[in-house]
Amino acid sequence: MSRTWAYLSNYLIYSSMAVYTLSFFAHAVETAWAVKITKVSTDKNLDYKRTEKVARIATAMMILGFILLFAGVIARGISAGRVPWGNMYEFSITGALAFSGAYLVALRKHDLRWLGLLVSIAVLLTLGTAVAVLYRPSAPLVPALKSTWLVIHVSAAIISGGVFLLANAVAAAYLYLDSMESKGERSHWAKRLPSLEYLDQLSYRLVAFVFPLWTFAVIAGAIWAESAWGRYWGWDPKETWAFITWVAYAAYLHARVTIGWRGRRAAWLCLFAGSTFLFNYVYVNIWGTGKHTYSGL
Amino acid sequence: MTNDVQLPELDSVGLLRYGWRQLTSMRTALILLMLLGIAAIPGSLVPQRTQNPMAVSAAFKGSPELSQWMDRLSLFDVYGSPWFSAIYILLFISLIGCVLPRTFEHFHAARALPPATPKNLNRMEFYSSWPATGNELEAARKWFKTNRFRILEKDGSISAEKGFLRETGNLFFHLALILILLGISLSSLFGMRGDAILNVGERFVNTPTSYDSLAYGKLFKDGKLESFILNIDNFDAKYNIVTNAPEDYTLSISLRRGNLENIEKHLIKVNSPLAIGNTKIYLQANGYSPVVTVRDSKGNVAMQGPIPFLSQDGNLRSIGAIKVPDADPQVGFVGSFVPTYARSNGNGAISVFPQALDPRLLLAAWSGDLGLDSGTPQSVYRIDTSSMSQLGLKSLKPGEVFIYPGGSITFEGYVQWVNLQIVNDPGKNFALLGAIVAILGLLASLFTRRRRIWIRVGDVVEVAGLAKNAAPGLEQELKVFIEAVKSEAKGEK
Repeated sequence: MSRTWAYLSNYLIYSSMAVYTLSFFAHAVETAWAVKITKVSTDKNLDYKRTEKVARIATAMMILGFILLFAGVIARGISAGRVPWGNMYEFSITGALAFSGAYLVALRKHDLRWLGLLVSIAVLLTLGTAVAVLYRPSAPLVPALKSTWLVIHVSAAIISGGVFLLANAVAAAYLYLDSMESKGERSHWAKRLPSLEYLDQLSYRLVAFVFPLWTFAVIAGAIWAESAWGRYWGWDPKETWAFITWVAYAAYLHARVTIGWRGRRAAWLCLFAGSTFLFNYVYVNIWGTGKHTYSGL
Repeated sequence: MTNDVQLPELDSVGLLRYGWRQLTSMRTALILLMLLGIAAIPGSLVPQRTQNPMAVSAAFKGSPELSQWMDRLSLFDVYGSPWFSAIYILLFISLIGCVLPRTFEHFHAARALPPATPKNLNRMEFYSSWPATGNELEAARKWFKTNRFRILEKDGSISAEKGFLRETGNLFFHLALILILLGISLSSLFGMRGDAILNVGERFVNTPTSYDSLAYGKLFKDGKLESFILNIDNFDAKYNIVTNAPEDYTLSISLRRGNLENIEKHLIKVNSPLAIGNTKIYLQANGYSPVVTVRDSKGNVAMQGPIPFLSQDGNLRSIGAIKVPDADPQVGFVGSFVPTYARSNGNGAISVFPQALDPRLLLAAWSGDLGLDSGTPQSVYRIDTSSMSQLGLKSLKPGEVFIYPGGSITFEGYVQWVNLQIVNDPGKNFALLGAIVAILGLLASLFTRRRRIWIRVGDVVEVAGLAKNAAPGLEQELKVFIEAVKSEAKGEK
C-alpha cells in the first residue's frame, strides 16, 4: 500500500517536471519574442498581444505543475505515513513546491510573469537534482524527528525559504535591469518589465512579510532542540547559519527602514542574505557536520 | 607650526559622550549586527570544542602549528571567544542606548495628542476637496472614533493619527532581545549540564561522582543538584528492516525522588525528556556493552562486567577497550562488537543490521603496560599498545571463551547502554518569553502602518493624509474615509 503511494508520488513528480518544462519553454518564448519589432519600433508601437497569449499558457502550465507537484508531495507523505520532511529529497520537493507556490501567490497581486522563466528553471533544477541525486526510498522517521515540531518548524522554514528566494529573484532582476539601464536604455523585451523602484519595493516587501515567519522557524527549532537535544541553542552548523541568515535579513530591514538604503546596495544585501539561506540548505545538509544530518545521503 | 588645525579640545566627559553617541548611532549598530553575522561563520566551518572535541584534537594532531595559531585566535571556541563576546556585548550596549531613550520618547508621544492640522492641506499627499454640506466634521469624528484614531480637534479641523503600535512593537522586539540575552546568561551562570553513560540494569545516584562529564555554571552550587536515584530498567530500540534506520528508542526507568520511599516508573524517549523539578533528563546516544569475564591462569576472576563500546556506523559496529590493570603483567583487549555479523572482503567483520541478531565480539589481546599510571589522560575506548605485545586474535560468539597465554576471557553476552544528559537550565523560560515577545513585537512593527489623516471643513471640505515610512494602503483608506464622511453627511441632511 505504502509502495503504491510512493510510486504514485514519483509519477506525479515526474509529470510535474514535464509540465514545468513546458512552462519554461512557454516563458522562454514569451521572453524571446516579447514584442513584434517593426522597422521603426518606438516605445509606443511595441506590440504585446502575441506575448500575452503565450504568457497565459506559461502561467497555466505553472499552475498545473504546482498542482501535480503538490499531489506528489502529499502522496509521498501518505506513503511514509508522516509529513514528507524526513530527508533531503523530501525537503527539496517541498522546497520547490513552496518556491513556485510563493510565486503563484505573489502573482495574484503583482504581474510577475516576466519572472516565470527564472522560477520555472529554478524549480526544474531543484526537482531534477532531487530526483537524480537525492532520491531515497520512502521510510519512517528516525526517532529524533518524531515530534509535532517537525511539522511546525520545517513548514515555517520551507515557506520562509520559498519567499526569501523569490525576493532574491526579484533583487537579481533589479540588478540586471539596473545595469542595463545604466548602459543606456532597456532592450525591447525588458521594456514591459516593471520599473526599478517597483522591483526594489517588491523585494523589500517580500522580505518584510516573511521575516517574522523565519524568526518563528528559528524559535520553533530552538524549542524543539530543547526537548530533543537538551539545549535550545548549541551553535550547531545549521543553527549558526540560520542565525546568520536571520542577522543578514535583520540588517537588510534596518538598512532600509532606518538608514534608507535603496536600490543597488539594498539588492546586493538581499542577495547576500538569500545566499546564506541557500548555503545552509545545500552545504550544511550535505557536507556539514552536526546534529541536523537528516539528508539521508 | 605643528598645530595647523585647531581641534576642539575634548575633556574626558566630552570624549565619553562622543564615544557613547557613536556607539549608539544606528550606523554603528548596523555594522555591529553585520559583524556578528560574519563572526559567526568561522565557528560553523572550523570544528568547535563544545560540539566536536574529537575533531579538534584531530586537527591538533594533523597540523599542530597551524592549530596552535588558530587556538590563539579562539577559532576552536568561537562562540565563547573574546572577540565574539566583544561584538555582541557592544551590540547590546548600543541597542540599549538606542532603545531606552526611544522608549521614554514613545511613552510621552503616546500620551500626547497628534499635532494640529497643517495650514495648507493642498500641499500634502492624497489631497482632495469637495463642497461642504455641513455635517462632515461630525461624520469624520465618528469615523475616526470607530476606527480608533487619536484625534485633535481645533478650529473646524481634525488631525487624526493611528499606528502607534508600530513603534511599540518595535521597542518590545528590541527589549525582548535583551530578555533573551539575560536568559542565556542566567543559564550559563546558574545552570548545570552533565552526561552519564549507563548500562541497562545499572543505578544512577545524582551526585557529581556519578557523571562521566559534568559542567556547572559559574554560580551553581554543588548542593543544588536535584536529589534522585534512578534505575535503568530496560532499553528498547526498533529498527526499520528495509533501511536499517532506527525508528524508535524507548527507555524505561524506575525513579526515587529525594527522600520519598515510593518508586515511580517512567518512560523516556528522544523527544520527551523526563522532568524532575527543574532538572530534565534526556535520552541521547545508545550502544552496546559486551559483558565479559576475564580470568587469570588459575581461574580467578580478574574482571567482570559490561564494557560500553562506541558505535562507529549506522549498523552499530562498535569499538572499545577492555582493560585489566590488576593482572600481572597487565592485560588489555582491543575489541570490536558487531550486533549482526557478516564478513566483508575488504574490512573483515562488519555489521549488517543494528539489532543484535548474531552478535560477535572480535578481540585482540595484548599484554604489557597499559600506561594508566603515566598521568596522561586516556580514552576508555582505546588502548595505547606501544609498550605492549600482542597475545592473539579471536572472534567470539556469546558463551565462547578465548584462552590466551596467561588467562582467558569469556564473552558472556551483551547489554545496551544509554547516554543520559541531565540538565538544569534556569534561564530558558526567560529566553522563551523573550522569543515570544520578540515575535509579537516584530509582527506589530512590520504590519502596522503609522499614518495621519486631516480634515478641515469650511466652505469646502479638505482631506489629506501622510503615511510614515511610505507605507502603502493610505490611498485606499482615504477613499473609504471620504466615502464614509460623504454618505454620513448626506444621510444627516
